[in-house]
Amino acid sequence: MARRLRTDLGSTVSAGAKLFIAAPYLWLLGFFLVPFLIVLKISLSETAIAQPPYVPVLDLAAGFRGIRDFVAGLSFANYITIAGDDLYVFSYLKSLKVAAVSTALLLLCGVPLAYAMARAPRRAQPLLVMLVVLPFWTSFLIRVYAWINILQRDGLLNQALIWLGLVDQPATWLATDTAVYIGLVYSYLPFMVLPLYASFEKLDESLLEAAADLGCPRWKTFFVITLPLALRGLGAGALLCFVPIVGEFVVPDLLGGSDATMIGQTLWTEFFANKDWPVASAVAVVLVVLLIAPIAVYQHLQTSEIEGRQ
Amino acid sequence: MRRLSVTNLVALVLGLAFLYAPIAILVVYSFNASRLVTVWGGWSTRWYAALIEDRAMIDAALASLGIAIVSAALATVLGTMAAMALTRFRFRGRLPFAAMIYAPLVMPEVITGLSLLLLFVAIDLDRGFFTVIIAHTTLTMSFVAIVVQSRLANFDRSLEEAAMDLGCPPGRTFFAITLPLIMPAVIAGFLLAFSLSLDDLVIASFTTGPGATTLPIRIYSEVRLGVKPEINAVCTIFIAVVAGAVVTASLIEKSRSRERRALLTA
Repeated sequence: MARRLRTDLGSTVSAGAKLFIAAPYLWLLGFFLVPFLIVLKISLSETAIAQPPYVPVLDLAAGFRGIRDFVAGLSFANYITIAGDDLYVFSYLKSLKVAAVSTALLLLCGVPLAYAMARAPRRAQPLLVMLVVLPFWTSFLIRVYAWINILQRDGLLNQALIWLGLVDQPATWLATDTAVYIGLVYSYLPFMVLPLYASFEKLDESLLEAAADLGCPRWKTFFVITLPLALRGLGAGALLCFVPIVGEFVVPDLLGGSDATMIGQTLWTEFFANKDWPVASAVAVVLVVLLIAPIAVYQHLQTSEIEGRQ
Repeated sequence: MRRLSVTNLVALVLGLAFLYAPIAILVVYSFNASRLVTVWGGWSTRWYAALIEDRAMIDAALASLGIAIVSAALATVLGTMAAMALTRFRFRGRLPFAAMIYAPLVMPEVITGLSLLLLFVAIDLDRGFFTVIIAHTTLTMSFVAIVVQSRLANFDRSLEEAAMDLGCPPGRTFFAITLPLIMPAVIAGFLLAFSLSLDDLVIASFTTGPGATTLPIRIYSEVRLGVKPEINAVCTIFIAVVAGAVVTASLIEKSRSRERRALLTA
């Protein structure tokens, strides 16, 4: 492999270049890929009252016999449990639905904001980007918590609505799906706006001027020219929100109700409350399988973006 | 000079108001004298005074700071290396490498947390500070790699080439030319890694052990029981520290780039 290395820095491969590749590569293999293979393995094990709480345990010291016993002990029981239990199926469906709806809401909020940022005077743009990024730097947990202050029964939203005379009785906001959507849109808005802004900002303005000269109304120019050209940013932003939202835990746990939980919460409960590691692992594996297609599309957009700039 | 249309101006004002109003409300209510979080009882700093007494909260904050500093430093080194590897070298296994760099960015945290915990159990590693540091480094090095990579992809390669044409060895070229040029991105990557680590609840909950309760874990266990004025105060301090750091970093970067421009035009 070393001989096949061709580097752009110098014609021969220095030891330094190899270190630059090997160190992060090995770290990711050890702490990203291998752990996931372990999840896969444990999802095929059975729950046991032991430490660790599952069998079979792979005994490499026993050599081939150890591996054979281990393979013979694997079972798909956890996957059958998941497929047969409405709790899990509804959890997955609910997560996909919530992620799809909130991604659509995020596009509705993000597109006008990102477009306005890109159309602002050039000098003001770095400040605007900074203003959008700043909340993202402050804690996710705190930003979700801030909404509890507002949405609770005697919170500011109800106080404002009653003061305005829009409702007579305080309405229930907390522990509803509405609260979850508000929290998700709020938390993920910067992830949507930044890739969108990057695409809108690169847009060739002469195209817009040409459209205007030819008498195209501004709203039509936006839909016929601007949006199609920003499709890549649109896709990146949508996926950057959709995929993590499917597995989201903090927002539905703090703002949502307890009747229909999302899959991130189900996994959390299975692991921390029920201590059923094999089922939790199987839930995780199914979740990754569901998300593999959108993750692959996102990676494709990312790599082609980087290569395109080089 | 371009002028904003009314629609765009409205979008900007509404968008920024939506982003900042909840945080502003939280900050204002942290100075509320009343114990009832929704009733305004005048200005007071009593909740900040109460915090100084809260040993568990201070310990959690210190634990979080330590973990964030160490894991951000590790992630910055590994992430910068990864960014160099992706943009400057062609090697076999580059595609799976790129895939492993991008995947943690979107991978749901419950999965990353669960898988790392199972690894630590499998190799019989005692859970505590050390395991949370490993977990946070794994998560945040991807973010550092992305930030540094976009800088590497955009800058002028001729300086590197000139140095090497003049016989500068690749290692020295990196430290003398490349690293100073990408420094702002490396610093930004460090800050991003630091704030992500300071902020993380889910992965830390899975990978932590006795004696290593982080600030978000502590805040979360309080928040589950409802809104408390003390928590508003903790959050305000947190926001002030992070916002202060980010604004300072961007001001430093701005003055540095102004100096550089002055040097070039002189």
